[in-house]
Amino acid sequence: MKHLILVVFAVLFTTQTYALEENVEAVVDTLTPEKQGLEIITELDKRDTGFGDSKARLKMRLTNRNGGESLRSLKLNTLEVVGEGDKSLTIFDSPRDIKGTAFLSFTHALVPDEQWLYLPALKRVKRISSSNKSGPFLGSEYAFEDLTSFEVAKFSYKYLRHEVVDGIDCYVIELTPKYEYSGYTRQISWVDKNRYIVTKVEYYDRKETLLKTQLFKEYKQYLNQYWRASEQLMTNHQNGKSTALIWENYQFKTGLTNRNFDKNTLKRSR
Amino acid sequence: MWLRQWITGLALLVSVTKVLAIDVSGYVGIESLGFFNNPSDSQQHRHYLSGSIEPEIYHEWDNGSQSLAFVPFYRYSQHDSRRTHFDIRELTWLKAADNWELRVGFRKEFWGVSESQHLVDIINQTDFVENSDTEDKLGQPMINLALINDWGTFDFFVLTGFRERTFAGKEGRFRPVPEIDVGEERYQKHGIEKHMAYAIRWSHSIGDWDIGLSHFYGTSREPAILTEVNETRKIQLIPFYDQIHQSGIDVQMTQDNMLWKIESIVRSGQGKTFYAGTGGFEYSFYNVFETGLDIGIVAEYLYDSRGSHAPVVFQDDFLTALRFALNDEQSTEILAGVIFDRTNNTKFYNVEASRRFGENWKAELEVRFFSSAPEDDPAYIFRNDDHLRFELRYYF
Repeated sequence: MKHLILVVFAVLFTTQTYALEENVEAVVDTLTPEKQGLEIITELDKRDTGFGDSKARLKMRLTNRNGGESLRSLKLNTLEVVGEGDKSLTIFDSPRDIKGTAFLSFTHALVPDEQWLYLPALKRVKRISSSNKSGPFLGSEYAFEDLTSFEVAKFSYKYLRHEVVDGIDCYVIELTPKYEYSGYTRQISWVDKNRYIVTKVEYYDRKETLLKTQLFKEYKQYLNQYWRASEQLMTNHQNGKSTALIWENYQFKTGLTNRNFDKNTLKRSR
Repeated sequence: MWLRQWITGLALLVSVTKVLAIDVSGYVGIESLGFFNNPSDSQQHRHYLSGSIEPEIYHEWDNGSQSLAFVPFYRYSQHDSRRTHFDIRELTWLKAADNWELRVGFRKEFWGVSESQHLVDIINQTDFVENSDTEDKLGQPMINLALINDWGTFDFFVLTGFRERTFAGKEGRFRPVPEIDVGEERYQKHGIEKHMAYAIRWSHSIGDWDIGLSHFYGTSREPAILTEVNETRKIQLIPFYDQIHQSGIDVQMTQDNMLWKIESIVRSGQGKTFYAGTGGFEYSFYNVFETGLDIGIVAEYLYDSRGSHAPVVFQDDFLTALRFALNDEQSTEILAGVIFDRTNNTKFYNVEASRRFGENWKAELEVRFFSSAPEDDPAYIFRNDDHLRFELRYYF
């Protein structure tokens, strides 16, 4: 019995010293990889808070395996809803057969998003299922989940390492979706240490193989605070296709309100 | 010389629209409508070529809170003089404020949630010569005020000017024999009363629920068809438009991949008071096998309390349909379904497919079969009208 207690004690003691060593490490990095990852993303999210609303024009350039291209152009209005999830209104301008089609989305952190689609030929507003996360948006390499507004609570995080990419010192963080119906098991994000902006994301599919890589280029700062990439490039490694997003005419704090994101506005959006 | 003037004129027009920020879009289309069977009436044809144009001229000002939209429509159809027609689909001035919107002019207003038929949708008259699916509508002159609150939107409609339903002419298809005598239509009310209708609707979204409640009073959009023998002992089919009251409810519940839908109406003033309903669901599988393909299953039940006496095709019928959306660059979509009558076994098959070509072209294909309708079924008139419709449109 005495022997056993001794053994237990010895075990306790050794683990304690081990824990102590870990603590010493932790003093340098302060936190577990999970907490550290969350902290970085929370800071990124905090720095992007307060933009109020934004308007932008978006061109999508779809490139197939043979280099064939097709274009789409859209307008995107966003309303920041602090503590809930942003609202967005997307209006299609081309291809011309879907001109006037508009998409209204209320993002939520953990309950399903609310989404409506307006079909101009029928003048019909259709409430649609927001379970379609992994499907392609307008035939592009962007899935619906890649384009919905970012909410911290949608993922769990893990800090992996830091790495210098193209001369930019980055945190490398793993994001695991907490919401249902995601097409990804995880995403690896490169976050610029200095500006707290994402420069690159790798997407891993349900079979854990690398599916897509997205690069964010030509960041511009608006209102002395908010960084937006002027170009994003999503490359699908499995089908050889890619989609570029080109953002133009970014405007912030334009005075949009909830009224600009309701079904009445959806019906008259052009 | 004239060409040069013409080009200068066109260039001037284009620059004027640019300066005024007038947005011009729309389509021109060519259509082939072919039938598999010989017609019920020897005056009808086996094949019809036609062309249509629908430009949209749009201008907004006042920071987007006021706008003017003009959408004329014209179709020329071979053989069928009634299908050759012009309509103002839209000529609307709109003013939007913080908690109201005023819309004045010719407009189209859609209500409802179901796929197989649109019972609640009553504001616009059906442009029946356009397509046998009754989805095309004539522009309705109106004054529509929407009051927008946190607890929903109240829409008030004063519908000024009645539009008669369009029906195929002597040489056209999708008609009874003889053809419906459009020039002879009759009304329960006359003068201004015949022209006026009023409607009110409340609609709201609460969580997973989208709800609409509506009431309509005025000249029915759906005519009764009277059979008469005229002085020359010829049978005449005459549309008769009653004055009706119709209350409607439409509800959709959206839960994950499932959409639950129900629509119901009560109508009085057209014979005995009756009610009708459509209820069902749409379930979707998204990104099947990670190919981007969406497959939707639609099932609906269609009911009309008038039973087999109902002057409508669907009174105790089921719809089952599959919807495929490839979500490819060309937005390829296919919808295939069948509506079958539970009592007399009439079946109606429908396949619709569409695909974009390049940036501006779109092709659409429809194949419809009306099978084994007995003589007392309103669908009997379509017994020889199984058809294939192909349309190619250029969007600008």
